[in-house]
Amino acid sequence: MNFFNISGYPDAKGHFGAFGGRYVAETLMPALLELEQAYRTIVPTPEFQKELNYLMHHYVGRPTPLFYAKRLSEHLGGAAIYLKREDLAHTGAHKINNTLGQTLLAQRMGKRKVIAETGAGQHGVATATTAALFGMECKVFMGTEDIQRQAPNVQRMKLLGAEVVPVSSGTGTLKDAMNEALRYWVGAVQDTFYVIGSVAGPHPYPVMVRDFQKIIGEEARAQIFAMCQRLPTTLIACVGGGSNSMGLFYPFLNDPVEILGVEAAGKGVKTGKHAATLTAGSVGVLHGSKSYLLQDANGQIIEAHSISAGLDYPGVGPEHSMLKEAKRVRYESIEDGQALEAFQTLCALEGIIPALESSHALAQAMIEARKRPKSDILMVCLSGRGDKDLGIVASALKKGESA
Amino acid sequence: MNRIQKTFDSLKEKNEKALVGFVTAGDPNISESLKIIKAMCKAGLDILELGIPFSDPTADGPVIQRSSGRAIANGMTLKIALDMTRQIRQETDIPMILFSYYNPIHAYGNKAFYEDAVSSGADGVLIVDLPPEESDEMTSTWSGKELSLIRLIAPTTPVARMKSIADSASGFLYLVSKTGVTGSDGLNTGDVGTHIRTLRSVARLPICVGFGISTAEDVASVASVADGIVIGSAYERLIEENLNHADLPGLLAERTSIYKAATRITR
Repeated sequence: MNFFNISGYPDAKGHFGAFGGRYVAETLMPALLELEQAYRTIVPTPEFQKELNYLMHHYVGRPTPLFYAKRLSEHLGGAAIYLKREDLAHTGAHKINNTLGQTLLAQRMGKRKVIAETGAGQHGVATATTAALFGMECKVFMGTEDIQRQAPNVQRMKLLGAEVVPVSSGTGTLKDAMNEALRYWVGAVQDTFYVIGSVAGPHPYPVMVRDFQKIIGEEARAQIFAMCQRLPTTLIACVGGGSNSMGLFYPFLNDPVEILGVEAAGKGVKTGKHAATLTAGSVGVLHGSKSYLLQDANGQIIEAHSISAGLDYPGVGPEHSMLKEAKRVRYESIEDGQALEAFQTLCALEGIIPALESSHALAQAMIEARKRPKSDILMVCLSGRGDKDLGIVASALKKGESA
Repeated sequence: MNRIQKTFDSLKEKNEKALVGFVTAGDPNISESLKIIKAMCKAGLDILELGIPFSDPTADGPVIQRSSGRAIANGMTLKIALDMTRQIRQETDIPMILFSYYNPIHAYGNKAFYEDAVSSGADGVLIVDLPPEESDEMTSTWSGKELSLIRLIAPTTPVARMKSIADSASGFLYLVSKTGVTGSDGLNTGDVGTHIRTLRSVARLPICVGFGISTAEDVASVASVADGIVIGSAYERLIEENLNHADLPGLLAERTSIYKAATRITR
């Protein structure tokens, strides 16, 4: 395992080694510089931290539990699996850690309107939630394909007072939602705060989102020491844009801990219908930062595919690209069918319905656990709950039966 | 003296402003696109901006998004656009600016792009999503200074930043008329005038204004304050609305002469 010195990243211009940066239209540059300044000066203040911590505890419900999945571990017959229960955070996923931080920052910056892009709808719901909490106007851009497959979350956002803006360009998924959110922001940048939901986008978003999400790993680190008096052997989390995984990984980067990021292999990396950016992509620039991408030889972006809307994205956060090149994190990929199987297994053995995104991490954990001794500890980020996915799972299982 | 500077100098003598026309390379298809561009050049276009289509054009409104989509669907690539540039160069002396997002250039290779752009006869490049903070990685691979790097100035750009951008720019400065994507309406020439005065106080290069300029009246009113007027979405809208027209090049040529007439200052 390669140890990695995390100090010094990102640099002053937001570069994580060869990745990251700010590749945006000039209209947005001043807003990003203003945001970076606000992030550096407002977020570290005791007043900001005090309010954030208060809300993280009393509103979000942190700390979320670390749960030993005893029946699942015994069923697999190998390593012990511990689940970091982000599904138990308010709104049912880790996304709220970040939206709470960003919305609070928006409020301190005097912005009254927020916008967000969403894929699975979890980030949209989390943004709509914190916007409601602070009485701010909220617009959420969502692909038409995702609006169909994540209908429950669309209902939730509307109830929370957000306007859901359908995006039909491209394949109507997360990438297109982000394009449209960026376009809207170019026109509304003077009074609108863009709440980006992943460790992607232009600087300072990747570092800011990671810092708001690193509470996942900080809590999990303390919890595993309290429960087992030692570090885990391996961390496992799913990677779409990569926010829950960066949140879990970051506090462990300097520890002697193996780290696995799990991408969506969709119908199989070889079929071309996948979202395994780090596994099968190449370096380029999309949505404001340089990172691994799914693209053709001419630099046109290729549509991603995954059964999980939250992983259905042809890019990935720049810090992940750096960690891949530094060989600090190993990236694997899991196909739609394997994720579905892990989804069902966790429901049956532990009484927990995981999000399809998190099911990718679980599927990898199940593969690893079987190969390893009982003394190994695998810590998995259960990034969200799966209620939103029941429709997709039901129809996928039906298709599987009739096939 | 390079073609860009020559063009602005000679227009100044004639008391005219530059008509800068943007079309997406390969829209509606490659051969028709070449005919359209040649016809526009003959009809009085002063500077050509050749758009390299990108799958995810986040600074563009729906009209240019759709034109990019048509071009990509027809197999358009940066390599073919450079071939087109070479062909157009055989017939005209007007400056040609390649207008692109960064990813297609990055995928082509920054060094190879410079060499091939220069040899094809291009005079400059404008990369929408490559601000000065990030452009060194590209220009440091360039073997010469024969390609002007056209910089964008936005209404949100503070004056100190305007100055630092202007200091590192060459060719001309492209002033975005309003906050928003290409093709959005609500052109406010009063605001444009204010931004131009601020920009002129810190910059010596000619200033061209673009975004949201679509009528001859718009052109005439921006021409009274700027050195050049960029028309993009209005041309692309004309192409889109007349995809089956028998003489698309003729339509664009006709529109070009109307815009060009509006750049001649009479006072």
